[in-house]
Amino acid sequence: MTSVRTPVIGGLQQAALPRRAVAGLAAAVVAVTALLFSVTDLQGTAGFVVVATLLHLAAQTVLSRVVEGPRRAADRLVTTAVVAAFLLALAPLVSVLLYTLQNGLERFDWDFFYRSLRSIGARDAGGGANHAIVGTLQQVGLATLMSVPLGLLVAVYVVEYGRGRLAATIRFFVDVMTGIPSIVAGLFVLSFWILGLGFGYSGFAAALALTVLMLPVIVRSAEEMLKLVPNDLREASLALGVPRWKTVVRIVLPTALPGIVTGVMLAVARVMGETAPVLLTAFGAASIVRTPFDGPQSSLPLFIYQEAASPQQTAIDRAWTAALTLILVIMVLNLLARLITRRSKIGR
Amino acid sequence: MAKRIESIGLDAYYGAFKAIEDVNVVIEPKTITALIGPSGCGKSTFLRTLNRMHEVVPGARVTGRLLLDDEDVYGPGVDATGVRRTIGMVFQRPNPFPTMSIYDNVAAGLRLNGVKGKKVLDEAVERSLKGANLWNEVKDRLPKPGAGLSGGQQQRLCIARAIAVEPQVLLMDEPCSALDPISTLAIEDLMTELKDRFTIVIVTHNMQQAARVSDRTGFFTIEATGEPGRLVEIDDTQKIFTNPGEKRTEDYITGRFG
Repeated sequence: MTSVRTPVIGGLQQAALPRRAVAGLAAAVVAVTALLFSVTDLQGTAGFVVVATLLHLAAQTVLSRVVEGPRRAADRLVTTAVVAAFLLALAPLVSVLLYTLQNGLERFDWDFFYRSLRSIGARDAGGGANHAIVGTLQQVGLATLMSVPLGLLVAVYVVEYGRGRLAATIRFFVDVMTGIPSIVAGLFVLSFWILGLGFGYSGFAAALALTVLMLPVIVRSAEEMLKLVPNDLREASLALGVPRWKTVVRIVLPTALPGIVTGVMLAVARVMGETAPVLLTAFGAASIVRTPFDGPQSSLPLFIYQEAASPQQTAIDRAWTAALTLILVIMVLNLLARLITRRSKIGR
Repeated sequence: MAKRIESIGLDAYYGAFKAIEDVNVVIEPKTITALIGPSGCGKSTFLRTLNRMHEVVPGARVTGRLLLDDEDVYGPGVDATGVRRTIGMVFQRPNPFPTMSIYDNVAAGLRLNGVKGKKVLDEAVERSLKGANLWNEVKDRLPKPGAGLSGGQQQRLCIARAIAVEPQVLLMDEPCSALDPISTLAIEDLMTELKDRFTIVIVTHNMQQAARVSDRTGFFTIEATGEPGRLVEIDDTQKIFTNPGEKRTEDYITGRFG
């Protein structure tokens, strides 16, 4: 016997809103909102976007419910809401980038990268941030050199070797350190290293403060990454008669490397923008200081802070360009880190 | 050179919990011994005590004697890494190193133990992959990642990795339980070939597999949860599967367990 296919009501086929209807609805909602804004007291771009989005959500849900049924209506509502939330989250990021670009390109010239603020007043045109760029790179570089090996060793201890009380205590204090406000880290180095031991302001003191801030971030992220390495791999290596330390160095760390590098980059990006601890420890200087051990030094956030505080447009322009430079430096470092980890990973 | 294993009154503990009790076994060189029994009966634990992988778990320890030829594996001054170099292991799930190529995976054991020289490594890799019946399938893609192989190929890669360091005994902890029947057959054939060079101990849940490949079969069981596992009997595979000496063995084999 041959079966006859008959369309069944409530079967597989369901009514669906055509694409054109959805697009038309959006256009209609924008038109209605524009009308609303012209006849009532409502005004402003942000308000327009909010009203239009809410209207669209409501109208689409009603329409979809009537035509397609409640399940599809809920699906459309949530999908649209998720996309709207994503755009909302993206808006500040994009606007910060565009605004900084727009204002920062004014002074994005050779002088800015080549010269310092030596004998340049707030009102003077020209001048540059060479001293601040050098300072930032040296301070953050030193802080990275100090915190990465230390942080990795702590994470390896906690995950691979630590047992019982000591490991739990270390984990607790790392958690506490994560919550230290950056200015407290600066005050600690100021009172301990500069005032207590009498070493004076320097880029190195700033690097110490930044290390205090970077360390917990690196430990936590490396710890999580090491935990993700399957135990099977450790056992496979140990079963080959490979000593434990070599298993950690040659098998566990390489497997976790991409994640560890990401954690380090997050830590670097976080401290590169720190102003307060640098102000308290490196103090700032107007001319180029070539080594971080040679008295007060400047840094990009410090440069921005000091220049932006001035009422003069020339100084404010310099601050914008410094902000743009800071973003670019962090971006370049991030890209470099991604490239390095991509090359080292064979793939999975 | 394959070696002989003898355990005398072997107990294994995880902390205060006694996992296996009083295991007395002799495993002759160049034979395949299968260990069967219900889950949690201690057969895997016993396997892991043989190359001191048991100790990797915190709080785990062993009492009794375990002899490899005439040397006590747990004797004073014996280093666990040396034991593991002599007694290789293949695990239940294929676990090639994900950051390494096929070549590097096989060479890993040698390299990490300090063997250098391209020629030596090339030869060892080719010999081990041939030994694991994988050479023809991968010889053109040795620099590709090992994780890109199929499950059965990955398991043979792990076997190649284990035999590359030239162990004398090969332990296999349910090596086929994650594989399809065809890959299982490939590994069983491989075991029969490897028998000429190694002493093999295999833990399996598959009784047909034990009957197919092994010379001798040991049956582990537990009386109740919380009790230590015991070796009920070990004998020629033929005898265990046709005329076992213990009622419990017969019940388990014929499916009347519990």
